[in-house]
Amino acid sequence: MSNSKIITDAPAPEGYSGEGFFATKLDSVVGMARANSLWPLPFATSCCGIEFMATMASHYDVARFGSERMSFSPRQADMLLVMGTIAKKMAPILRQVYEQMAEPRWVISVGACACSGGIFDTYSVLQGIDKIIPVDVYVPGCPPRPEQILDGIMRLQDLVRSESVRRRSSPEYTELLASYNIK
Amino acid sequence: MALETAVIQNTLADQFGAKVSNFQQIHDILTFEVNTDDIKEVMGFLRDDKTMRFNFLTDLCGMHFPDAVPERQFGMVYHMHNWMDNVRIRIKCFMDGEKPEIDSVTGLFLSANWQERETYDFFGIIFKGHPQLKRILNMDEMVSFPMRKEFPLEDGGRTDKDDRFFGRTTDNC
Repeated sequence: MSNSKIITDAPAPEGYSGEGFFATKLDSVVGMARANSLWPLPFATSCCGIEFMATMASHYDVARFGSERMSFSPRQADMLLVMGTIAKKMAPILRQVYEQMAEPRWVISVGACACSGGIFDTYSVLQGIDKIIPVDVYVPGCPPRPEQILDGIMRLQDLVRSESVRRRSSPEYTELLASYNIK
Repeated sequence: MALETAVIQNTLADQFGAKVSNFQQIHDILTFEVNTDDIKEVMGFLRDDKTMRFNFLTDLCGMHFPDAVPERQFGMVYHMHNWMDNVRIRIKCFMDGEKPEIDSVTGLFLSANWQERETYDFFGIIFKGHPQLKRILNMDEMVSFPMRKEFPLEDGGRTDKDDRFFGRTTDNC
């Protein structure tokens, strides 16, 4: 999408500091703010959803990433986590949920079923959610452990942190959405 | 006094004659065939008769035998249960492969409503007189009936799923 270097180990963004001030790019500040408050929208249909419940619980504590508040309203969420088998009958609903989310929005596909249909290579199952919505991070596993889900969220944070504020209005992004027929 | 299978068989044979046939015990359940046109009549009799008292429709389901003769390619199985004597019974009907049609038994058992919808959904068997015969589990846009034997379970045009990674070789897939 963009040529920006993906920052993976930066506690504070690059900038210019002096006596009592710190100057940096708006991109970095906005990216930092977004990355550390990703509000998840769990779309859990099966076993991976149970793993995500464990991720939410005290031991793994997804709240450490600023994702304390699970949103079940697409309008107040920016990280869609699709966890579980998506049947073809469910596909339009998933797509509607994605369309109802406001920009900027990111998608994590958790587990083999959401990524590729998994073991369900059959007539009733959608063979990967990237057939209907764009996906940012794929988490493999069947089901993935909570650590893997957390790793997926951290990977997404890297993406979010280094994303330009102009990316969502870029022609490439418009083209990507157009390829999915999403306005 | 428990209801003996011989009693059931004789009662049905007396009542319906040639409409019922092929009585046999399969897995401890009396099984017999009914002509497709008479299923409602036979099931109604089994439900309402004072000695039969098969008051419960356990299940109904379709069958598909693509290699059979054309007029017996599709089948229906009905399981009924007599709660008073704890006796079960299995009824089979066979239908034409071109146009599988059978009377709906929703008038006798309300539970047959969704079971027949499911059978229509997967086998394409038409239930005449069903109040709302539409798909129940699969997508409405689907045109095929996936439980028919000729329906391929997997998409043959896939290149990203290699059988070798799924524990399947050419012998067993």
